[in-house]
Amino acid sequence: MKKIHALAAWATSLVLFANPANAQDEEAGAPPTSGQGLFEGGKLLLTNGVSSVEGASGGGIATWATIGGLEAESGIGLTGHVTLVELPDYGWQSHGVAIGIANRLELSYARQNLDTRDVGTALGLGEGYTFNQDVFGAKVRVFGDLIYGDPLIPQVSVGIQHKRSRDAAILQAVGAGSAEGTDFFASASKLFLSRSVLASATARFTSGNQGGLLGFGNAADKGRELRFEGSVAYQISRRAVLGAEFRSKPDNLGLGEDDWMDIFAAYALTDHITLTAAYADLGSIATFEDQRGAYLSAQVAF
Amino acid sequence: MILLPLALLAMQDTPPPEVDWDEEFGVEERVRNPETGEFPVDPYEQDNNNAGAHPFAGTNMAQAFGGQDGIRRIAERAVELSRQDPRIAEIFVAHDMVRLKRTLFEQFCYILNAGCDYTGRDMAAAHEGMGVRTSDMNALVENLQQAMQEEGIPFSAQNRLLAKLAPMSKNVIGN
Ligand code: HEM
Repeated sequence: MKKIHALAAWATSLVLFANPANAQDEEAGAPPTSGQGLFEGGKLLLTNGVSSVEGASGGGIATWATIGGLEAESGIGLTGHVTLVELPDYGWQSHGVAIGIANRLELSYARQNLDTRDVGTALGLGEGYTFNQDVFGAKVRVFGDLIYGDPLIPQVSVGIQHKRSRDAAILQAVGAGSAEGTDFFASASKLFLSRSVLASATARFTSGNQGGLLGFGNAADKGRELRFEGSVAYQISRRAVLGAEFRSKPDNLGLGEDDWMDIFAAYALTDHITLTAAYADLGSIATFEDQRGAYLSAQVAF
Repeated sequence: MILLPLALLAMQDTPPPEVDWDEEFGVEERVRNPETGEFPVDPYEQDNNNAGAHPFAGTNMAQAFGGQDGIRRIAERAVELSRQDPRIAEIFVAHDMVRLKRTLFEQFCYILNAGCDYTGRDMAAAHEGMGVRTSDMNALVENLQQAMQEEGIPFSAQNRLLAKLAPMSKNVIGN
């Protein structure tokens, strides 16, 4: 509950932070026909996606082909986010930033923290032992447009995510092969306006255990596999979407690691702030099963 | 000797000879057609294909948009919002808004199968050399969304019209 308060406070500070910028926009009123500004924005609401748990623009648990930030032209867009997932036995917290350059290249960073609470005691790690990981991402839009152009040609991007766990010693004991790993992915995303549906599919070449929080591969095997993740979202208004996501994962540690899924609602509170609430099913985590709970995320974007 | 300054003074008083600068620079005077209120445009071939999309089948969409009256209000409002929108206003300066309101109405009416023919130019010809960018397109879409919202058009129907317009971007953006 305390975390939820923290999120609310954070979101409020974002509102306070973002509004003066709004006011300035209006005051400045007219540098007509949008010069070549650095933070010109120009994307349609919600079409920049939200911040996924790895920091890249996407849904919540799935990465999309979208480039983070509101910049639609040659300037720079920015996002910052914080995400909490409240599970029966764990607490997930992640936060990060992304920069979108010319709606072409996205560079992102996210920090993930998984608090094991009482599970920490049961696993002999100590109560509240927290797994931490840094994720450095890069994504390039290769071709296509999320909204425009041929309705059957999606926006397609490729990217990498380099992940560095901060728990090398423990991960070795758990049986992971490495505390560092790099995912490669290709994403295709399209807004099918005729149906008000956004669909996205991503193929990810990964060896991450629980996305990397529990290391990469196992002692015997690098464990790289091609895995799928995807989202479907229905736009109910300019500001609101409902959707569902799925993400398949390897099970290198033999701990019965499950696929992830969620159903979510995202709402553009202002042109710059998007809130996402989801019910996430993260399955079994380190043998503790049925980790389902509330997912809350706030993103600010320019 | 005293006569010269006097003569100069006298010359200054005479009004300068009328110069028709439009004539000098070869500018043709544009006169609005008294009936339609529109400026004439260079000749082109009229064809419904110029609308850039196939119309919807059936009458559901026409009904959802309130028939021709609703569609006309939406087209005109979208043009008004856009020419007042600081992000894109400059692009509309010196263009014929009377004609644009009519042709945009016809285009929407034709696509929504509300009983019109489209008599305007094709999208490539209409936007040639305009330098429209994706962000300008998005601004126009937002204005159209506002116009449709004000008419109470259901969001899914709004998107179905946008789905017909979105692929035209290839003839509008960067043209
Ligand atoms: C898919 C999107 C668009 C559609 C369907 C569309 C439709 C039209 C139509 C039907 C005409 C009239 C053609 C004629 O006079 O024969 C026109 C002209 C025009 N459009 Fe667009 N348009 C689109 C995007 C844009 C955008 C993004 C802008 C600028 C922000 C823009 C600015 C103009 C202007 C200034 C004219 C007047 C051209 C002239 O006077 O010669 N349009 N458009």
